[in-house]
Amino acid sequence: MTALEHFLTALTLQAGYNSALVAVGAGLLGIAGGGAGAFVFLRKRALVSDAVTHATLPGVAIAFIVMVLLGGDGRWLPGLILGSAASAAIGLMAVEWITARTRLGEDAAIGAVLSVFFGLGIVLLTVIQTMEGGKQAGLDSFLLGSTAGMLIGEAVLIAAAGAVAVGLVVLLRRPMTMVAFDPDYAATLGIDVRRTDLAMMGLALIVTVIGLKVVGLILVVAMLIIPPVAARFWTDRVDRLILISAAIGGVSGYLGAALSAAAADMPTGPIIVLVAFALFAVSLAFSPRRGVLASALRHRRFQHRVHLRQGLLAMARGEAIYDRLTLAILRRRGLIRGDGVITQEGRGAAGRAQLDETRWSTARRLRADDPVLERYDGLTPIDEHLTSDQVAHLDSLLPKPEST
Amino acid sequence: MDMGAEFVQLSLAPILIGILAAVACALPGNFLLLRRQALIGDAISHVALPGIVVAFLVTGTIAAWPMMVGAAGAAVVAVGLIEAIKRLGRVEPGAAMGVVFTTLFAAGVLLLEQSDTSGVHIDVEHALYGNLESLIWFSATGWSSLLDLDALAGLPPQLFRLAVVLAVIVLFMVAFWKELAISTFDPEFARSIGIRTGSVGFALVVAAAIAAVAAFDAVGSIIVIAMFVCPPATARLMTDRLGRQIAWSVLFATTAAIAGYVFAGYGPLWFGSPYAVSAAGMIATVAGVQLGLACLIGPRRRRTGHAAAAQ
Repeated sequence: MTALEHFLTALTLQAGYNSALVAVGAGLLGIAGGGAGAFVFLRKRALVSDAVTHATLPGVAIAFIVMVLLGGDGRWLPGLILGSAASAAIGLMAVEWITARTRLGEDAAIGAVLSVFFGLGIVLLTVIQTMEGGKQAGLDSFLLGSTAGMLIGEAVLIAAAGAVAVGLVVLLRRPMTMVAFDPDYAATLGIDVRRTDLAMMGLALIVTVIGLKVVGLILVVAMLIIPPVAARFWTDRVDRLILISAAIGGVSGYLGAALSAAAADMPTGPIIVLVAFALFAVSLAFSPRRGVLASALRHRRFQHRVHLRQGLLAMARGEAIYDRLTLAILRRRGLIRGDGVITQEGRGAAGRAQLDETRWSTARRLRADDPVLERYDGLTPIDEHLTSDQVAHLDSLLPKPEST
Repeated sequence: MDMGAEFVQLSLAPILIGILAAVACALPGNFLLLRRQALIGDAISHVALPGIVVAFLVTGTIAAWPMMVGAAGAAVVAVGLIEAIKRLGRVEPGAAMGVVFTTLFAAGVLLLEQSDTSGVHIDVEHALYGNLESLIWFSATGWSSLLDLDALAGLPPQLFRLAVVLAVIVLFMVAFWKELAISTFDPEFARSIGIRTGSVGFALVVAAAIAAVAAFDAVGSIIVIAMFVCPPATARLMTDRLGRQIAWSVLFATTAAIAGYVFAGYGPLWFGSPYAVSAAGMIATVAGVQLGLACLIGPRRRRTGHAAAAQ
């Protein structure tokens, strides 16, 4: 089978029960991450989740050590998830505490918690390596995620937890939307802003700990950050942002897991992140509202209007035009000939532009404080702002055109 | 071999390298902290990985200089990408940074997995927590080796590289002290007296990147991230004066490096375990304990003036 066939097999959930569960789990994880991430993004706390994800490591290691000391299997996933959730919660509280109680900013709190918890986690990992049976702990897979050789029970757990997280996003969407959109207004409606923020970060924490095994703790934060940033390009409405973000997350998770199952040396976490980034890049380039292409086109259209108008006014005043772009635009519209001589049509257009300019300047002189006339931008014809009666009245006041 | 000789051979170079790396990162970290750009160090150390992998793929060697050029190049690319996304997409800075460093790190891991690097020693773990303990001074026979030119030539090359980088950073800070200080505290005023604040900011990020990359090569990214943030943040809670803050941060960085290395190497012995733990992780942990203590009892830990009133 070629890689493409492998990919299609995995995509259509036929690559074995395990891969199918992993793909579904990663998809659900992506949906939950995109949904929760949208709120985090709107509250401008994207990087707080980076501290939270790195803070999971000591918890994972301590849980492993405790389970081994109790005589159990250190790799039991629910135990590791519990440990990681506990230490991530402590990390989150540390960020909040440092920000609220000291003069340090949130960025310093995030950087400190992230690096110190991670460093402590590494110390504990080296402790585990010296323990009996710790050599094959495989906790390294939590750094970058690994779905190869995942047990069915683990895949089921991840898929189920992903479904629960999606459910929580749906349940909590109203208060979280209100708080994300306008915290002061939300408070007047009786929503507890602090608790809602905590619930939001709690949701991010759940996504993180489920994502550990699939995406790994260094990259799982991407599942919270990239989808909402990409989604923001497509809408200005909060409810749609959440839906689109969840969709982008879901597609990234599902496609990434399927791609990774199709080839041997394609690590799941990085592939999922790169798929999400590809969707972001497409959004950045092609979104009709805020995309780079759309704004380049808008800029070009505006530039053309300015050059056209200035060219016509110059023609009306009988001045020579040297600007290349202006000449090209006038030529393309048939207002001047190839050799630069003004056409019949050009003469008419220039006259109309000159008349409009005169109307504007007269009107602005007569009624300097009229807000309607403050919309003058040197481009829009005045009859788009005034009624035909007003224009007719204005024309009667115009200075007599000089006879040429 | 007596205790002194063993210490010189096994521990002196790692401790010195740890101190140099910690101080080289902490110095620019002071200004990044005051400018609320503390997470730049985090972003730079994430993106160093793809830079190093690309440098390896291009040159086919794991020599230090190509790797450092690669990592520095990746840092510049990352800063450029963050700016581009911020401006082109009007994305909030934190989110733009998050998008860029996770993506570049993911690309680095993928490249590493896809390329045949099995014969050489670069892997993700190494990039993350370095291998400070392995930087031993083989040719040393005791304290007298410090005066022996032949033995000195056998010192780990990271030591010289970091010393050069630290000297460059100190020179940069001394030469542009006024510009750095004024543009950090009052960018408006700085512009009004003709300081090009944009260039100063960029130069600071470049200095930070150089420190990060040199330290990264020797000690891994954890120490880099921790030292950019923790000693300056701890120092910030001790004093209101910039010069004193920097002096405190150098002291905290140095003590964290020494104490972290000693605890990692000898701490487990006190608990009856013959194995050492990760020195890089322990140095970061000690820096965190210092910060935690300063948060609780630092003389200048609270906000004052407008910032406190706004709370």
